[in-house]
Amino acid sequence: MKIIVCAKQVPDTNEIKINPETGTLMRDGVPSILNPDDANALEMALEIKDNNPDTEITVISMGPPQAKVMLEECIALGADKCILISDRAVGGSDTWATSNAIAAAVRKLDGFDLIIAGRQAIDGDTAQVGPQTAEKLDIPQVTYVKEYKFSDDMKSVEVKRALEDGYQIIDVKLPCMLTAIKELNTPRYMTVDGIMRACDPNLEIKVWGAADIEVDLDKVGLKASPTNVFRSFTPKPKGKGVYIEGDTPKEKSQNLVTGLKAKHII
Amino acid sequence: MATVNFDEYKNIWVFAEQRKGKLMNVAYELLGEGYNLSRELGDGCKVCALIVGKDIGGLAEECFAYGADKVYTIDDDLLEVYTTDGYTKVVTEAINEFKPEIVLYGATFIGRDLAPRCAARLDAGLTADCTHLNVRVKNYIDYAEKNTTLNTESLDPEDPAKNLLMTRPAFGGNLMATIVCPTTRPQMSTVRPGVMDKLEKREGATGEIVKIKCELSKDDIRTTVKEVVKAAKELVNLIDAEIIVSGGRGVKNADGFEVIRNLADCVGGVVGASRAAVDSGWIEGSHQVGQTGTTVKPKIYIACGISGAIQHQVGMQTSDIIIAINKDNDCPMMHLADYALEGDLFKVIPELIAEWN
Repeated sequence: MKIIVCAKQVPDTNEIKINPETGTLMRDGVPSILNPDDANALEMALEIKDNNPDTEITVISMGPPQAKVMLEECIALGADKCILISDRAVGGSDTWATSNAIAAAVRKLDGFDLIIAGRQAIDGDTAQVGPQTAEKLDIPQVTYVKEYKFSDDMKSVEVKRALEDGYQIIDVKLPCMLTAIKELNTPRYMTVDGIMRACDPNLEIKVWGAADIEVDLDKVGLKASPTNVFRSFTPKPKGKGVYIEGDTPKEKSQNLVTGLKAKHII
Repeated sequence: MATVNFDEYKNIWVFAEQRKGKLMNVAYELLGEGYNLSRELGDGCKVCALIVGKDIGGLAEECFAYGADKVYTIDDDLLEVYTTDGYTKVVTEAINEFKPEIVLYGATFIGRDLAPRCAARLDAGLTADCTHLNVRVKNYIDYAEKNTTLNTESLDPEDPAKNLLMTRPAFGGNLMATIVCPTTRPQMSTVRPGVMDKLEKREGATGEIVKIKCELSKDDIRTTVKEVVKAAKELVNLIDAEIIVSGGRGVKNADGFEVIRNLADCVGGVVGASRAAVDSGWIEGSHQVGQTGTTVKPKIYIACGISGAIQHQVGMQTSDIIIAINKDNDCPMMHLADYALEGDLFKVIPELIAEWN
């Protein structure tokens, strides 16, 4: 089976701090990581490969040249091949333009049976690139996948798709796009063998530019993107609240309830 | 991209999502927001509900009661349960035929499956999970000055563009961004449930109903939905709760949530949780409040043993009154709170229960 995994290098948003004086993001020193949902997508591909050794896993990413580090991590985890779409011409792409670039790169590959993406990336939280890429490739999709089972002939897959208040069981024929949520699995750790492979000087992470993927330049990059950032800013810090005085938990509780009643909150 | 004639695009559409013949709460919220935006746009702009499903005609009345000027329905056996292929086909065809200027979808697990697929087919811009919308720059300036650190000097309050200004959190809520689609139509957005206000119900309101012919065949749908299962457990209704009592890392373990439940029972509230508590397996994910959980705005939010990571704050900071109980007086939640009570939650909560009654 040929599996493509879509992955993104993202800043660890748990580590981002705001400069209290300027109200701007402090990205310096914030570690870059493999997007968590994408780690679940890769893990699913690796599980399939565990059970079907003739599986080939290709990871596709788009981003600046530094994203190669994240792709090396994917190799160390067990991916076979990695492709990084990196070119000024695709810089500043929104989700629509990004899906055009990824779909173009997928078309340059030698076919596929399954594409797995993380549901969403933690920097943008859009959850749009997976479905939009599926549409551009004209393949069916199932998003929010938390369980899966292949048919015996591996020609279709039955998945459990999460809903807010339950789930759906959906059967879909390959080729298709699935998007993974964290409930799907627990990503494995890198192995020593894997790390050796990632360190192999002959290992080549292919970097493809816009010309390599033969994408229409009217469909990628900042200018082609239908959405633009109009303004960005940080929320206003709230005014100082009331510190509840008191020497004991009982006294503090009394003062809190009295305060709430005085303001007619309760 | 093909040049778009903006004059052809009129009105605001709300994808009024229904499941099993019942409208989702977010549909009412979007009708309320769509109503306000349509009046902001003026020029006879209407807010229209699009209802897709099987035997859904009866839902039109509900949509009128909550603000819709006009209702479009697409009714077919093949649309009984949601499928990406089926819904994308009929929704995009309807958009192409009637050319709305704006289309809003709820950012539900279904809305976020459907909207990007539609946007890709229509080659239209889509902004995910918005928490604030404007069309007039003047109103946007008012919002920004009240709630954000944005310097609004460069903005023209009389800007005639009237593009949809779609504001959303990014980077785990550390940053807010306002997105526009200046060159494509329709302008589309998924909107976070629980954020917009529904209108007061107008009993007996009516309007024009347009039945759109459905041209869907079985072969158009490449997935088979074999089963739709509702979670056995009662859905935690955080969105409608007036009081929420949430526990975080300070609750220490699953047993600790008993104390949180006791307080919630006492004050007539619903139990919430931070991501840390959910990830530790102390309580089910359906209780989670925050960027990756549910966004809430109750009258009173009581945060017990929650330090207040940004990703949690994003989901509860618009609560009317925030009460924090924490041992660490310097943690972000204690700074965010309207009432900060420093202390051990296991000692404070029993006292608080005694006092509250």
